[in-house]
Amino acid sequence: MIGLLKRDLALAIKAGGGFGLALAFFLIVTVLVPFGVGPATGILSEIAPGVLWIGALLACLLSLDRIFQLDWEDGSLDLLASSPLPLEAVAAVKALAHWLTTGLPLIALAPVLGILLNLPSEGYGWLVISLLAGTPALSAIGTFGAALTVGIRRGGLLLSLLVLPLYVPTLLFGALVVTRGVQGGDGTTPLALLAGITLVSIAALPFAAATALRVNLR
Amino acid sequence: MSVSGKLLPWVAGLAAICVVTGLIWGFFFTPDDFRQGSTVKIIYIHVPAAIMGSSAWFMMLVASLIWVIRRHHVSALAAKAAAPVGMIFTLIGLYTGAVWGQPMWGTWWEWDPRLTAFLVLFLFYLGYIALWEAIDNPDSAADLTAVLCLVGTVFAVISRYAILFWNQGLHQGASLSMDAEENVADVFAYPLWLCIIGFALMFVALVLYRTRTEIRARRLQALIAQERMA
Repeated sequence: MIGLLKRDLALAIKAGGGFGLALAFFLIVTVLVPFGVGPATGILSEIAPGVLWIGALLACLLSLDRIFQLDWEDGSLDLLASSPLPLEAVAAVKALAHWLTTGLPLIALAPVLGILLNLPSEGYGWLVISLLAGTPALSAIGTFGAALTVGIRRGGLLLSLLVLPLYVPTLLFGALVVTRGVQGGDGTTPLALLAGITLVSIAALPFAAATALRVNLR
Repeated sequence: MSVSGKLLPWVAGLAAICVVTGLIWGFFFTPDDFRQGSTVKIIYIHVPAAIMGSSAWFMMLVASLIWVIRRHHVSALAAKAAAPVGMIFTLIGLYTGAVWGQPMWGTWWEWDPRLTAFLVLFLFYLGYIALWEAIDNPDSAADLTAVLCLVGTVFAVISRYAILFWNQGLHQGASLSMDAEENVADVFAYPLWLCIIGFALMFVALVLYRTRTEIRARRLQALIAQERMA
């Protein structure tokens, strides 16, 4: 398992692995927002929590089809399926690798982009905590979506159509945590619910992903 | 096939009778509401369509479970056949709701929990149908969509309650319950129940019809494959 994790991390960081693309995308989306809604800092700081969460979510989505697609094309997915490691564990490791290479850098970048959007100072702690609690769910759900569409050529668009509705509760609670934090309120209730969604996703979705992979490898 | 073939015209006929009498009764033989005027009559399409929009997904869930557990091919095809019907009912519910909301609430759309949850349900239908269309092998398609339906149901339910947490709304609560104190007045409720029964029968008839078509298409494919082998 650790070997697989190391391999996936190495592949993602090497040139052409797409590492950094998601970050650049997150940056560009956030920079584009003020052009769309105008530079008034009052409006920007009000919508900043939602924009940052949506940006992180879309950046996460961008790299999902890489999770299984390349392994599927060069046949290493078949090898993984016939290895002693259960497919559920493979799916879980893939989700973890995706989170380490996409979710974690996004969390590091988010406060910087918060400055660009004039996020009030109370919000930064809540932003980082909510992303820490929520992005693993995004990776787990995305791994399931990637497993569903792995056999389909040009499945990227379909993947987003399938995965985005599943992201609704995560996005909703995540943005709510930050919004409440900015307003000086207590964000712990939505944070607990967000963490609950993440835990359920991590616990259950590798099994669903493995089922989908078995069907696709048949 | 033989049973469903005999059943289909009866169900369809009964559905037509219920819907037509329910709608005529509702539109022409009920008084106008004292506050809403004649716009209240949208209820005879809005409520049954919305009920069937969510019930159709539940039926797909049950059919998917039967496919996953018992590998009964017809249930997979029934789930496939029900999806577009359910999607259209959901769309009708959303559309009539917008038309009703405009004069009553002064807005076509409001991010109200029920409205939002139905919109999310509509997106789930879209994804489900798109996945069926994208996969060539029918058995793989049935398996993958069944998994999607199961996972999607969990997330649809979570979304429903998450949205309740997120925003309080304009939409009224349940008003057809057996045990509630305040309900829709009987003059409106009787034709409404007739319409709901009619829409349910219409759903059954459409799904039967579409499933029969799917079965025939599957048989045809098998015959063509046989022909090629020979």
